[in-house]
Amino acid sequence: MPKKKDAKKIVFQSADEMPMMPMSIGSMLYNKTGSWRNIRPEIRLEDCIQCGICWKFCPDMSIGIENELPVVDYDYCKGCGICAEECPVKCIVMVEERK
Amino acid sequence: MKKEKKMTLTLPVEEYAGSGNLACQGCGAGLAMRYFLKAMGPRTVLCIPACCWAVIDGPYPHSSLSVPIYHCAFEAAASTATGVKAGLEMVGDDKTTVVAWAGDGGTFDIGLQALSGAAERNDDILYVCYDNEAYMNTGIQRSSATPYGAWTTTTPVKFFKNQPKKDINAIMAAHRIPYQATASISYPEDLFKKAKKAKGVKGTRFLHIYAPCPTGWKSRPEDAVKLGRMVIQNCIFPLYEIEYGEKYTLNIKVKDKKPINDYLKLQGRFRHLKPDDIQIMQEEVDRNWARLLKKCEAS
Repeated sequence: MPKKKDAKKIVFQSADEMPMMPMSIGSMLYNKTGSWRNIRPEIRLEDCIQCGICWKFCPDMSIGIENELPVVDYDYCKGCGICAEECPVKCIVMVEERK
Repeated sequence: MKKEKKMTLTLPVEEYAGSGNLACQGCGAGLAMRYFLKAMGPRTVLCIPACCWAVIDGPYPHSSLSVPIYHCAFEAAASTATGVKAGLEMVGDDKTTVVAWAGDGGTFDIGLQALSGAAERNDDILYVCYDNEAYMNTGIQRSSATPYGAWTTTTPVKFFKNQPKKDINAIMAAHRIPYQATASISYPEDLFKKAKKAKGVKGTRFLHIYAPCPTGWKSRPEDAVKLGRMVIQNCIFPLYEIEYGEKYTLNIKVKDKKPINDYLKLQGRFRHLKPDDIQIMQEEVDRNWARLLKKCEAS
């Protein structure tokens, strides 16, 4: 799994820079899909029962686990709302994004 | 904030699919790939024809997956996988699993002859079809996986699709392949278990994964997982395994079958249906379910 620090877009300046074989050499982490979102999930951790369902059903791999609790990575969360819908104790709420 | 309890995780934590991919919000295909690669591990080669995943993965030279991918022509997923497997065998690599990962168009319509050929030769590949019931990538055109009554851009509301969905699992069972199974993204443990089992079998394996598509089905993105669950409970897409085309195993025995109305109501593509059309669909579902139960009892 590529680390976040190599989240850089690769741009070739000339044809000479291209690899001999057409193969992927970078990850898609440069593409911050969090900008697609217009509602954001917020987890009320005091009600969390640590079932791991939000982590399991996140299609964008943007719910991580830190210290046995779920944490949303807002750089990549697309705001689909599956976590809020599937949470058995409804401790995730979708709030409107403000700029 | 600290809690004493440990988090209960039913799947391994390693991720081989990365964030930043180009999937729509609430994409079922993204979830399918995530669970599938968790089961497969890093020693996997994917052959992806033209389908949603050819786009989701990202533009050259970037890739959101941490396994190698071979982008191939639309009709050639199975034959490309066969070739990759033969090449790997030539260099003495028998540990890598070669996977053809195609959408429903690349499996049911365009890739069917290559898949049938590979299954007849019993080549050692794992073919996965993630089924979102139309050509979603090119703009929601009808495929032979589209169910009866559905709206697509080529079957508009006035002339909605009049034919039922093709039974791809019966076609594959007729090839007597060693292992095939259906799975849904809403039952990740079941999908994980089946992918692990398929990895251990030699010969052609076939996985049919039900992947809801909020964009094409005109449903809300947050309902994707709910739709994947409803489809099992009202027996439109039962979960079962077939070994050698004969031994049927039903994984989830649905006790009280729910009517399909709630499932249809959540999707905009079925909004135009009259009660008579829904009745036709319900009868079709009942017939298929009864046929499957009979096959399971017979084996």
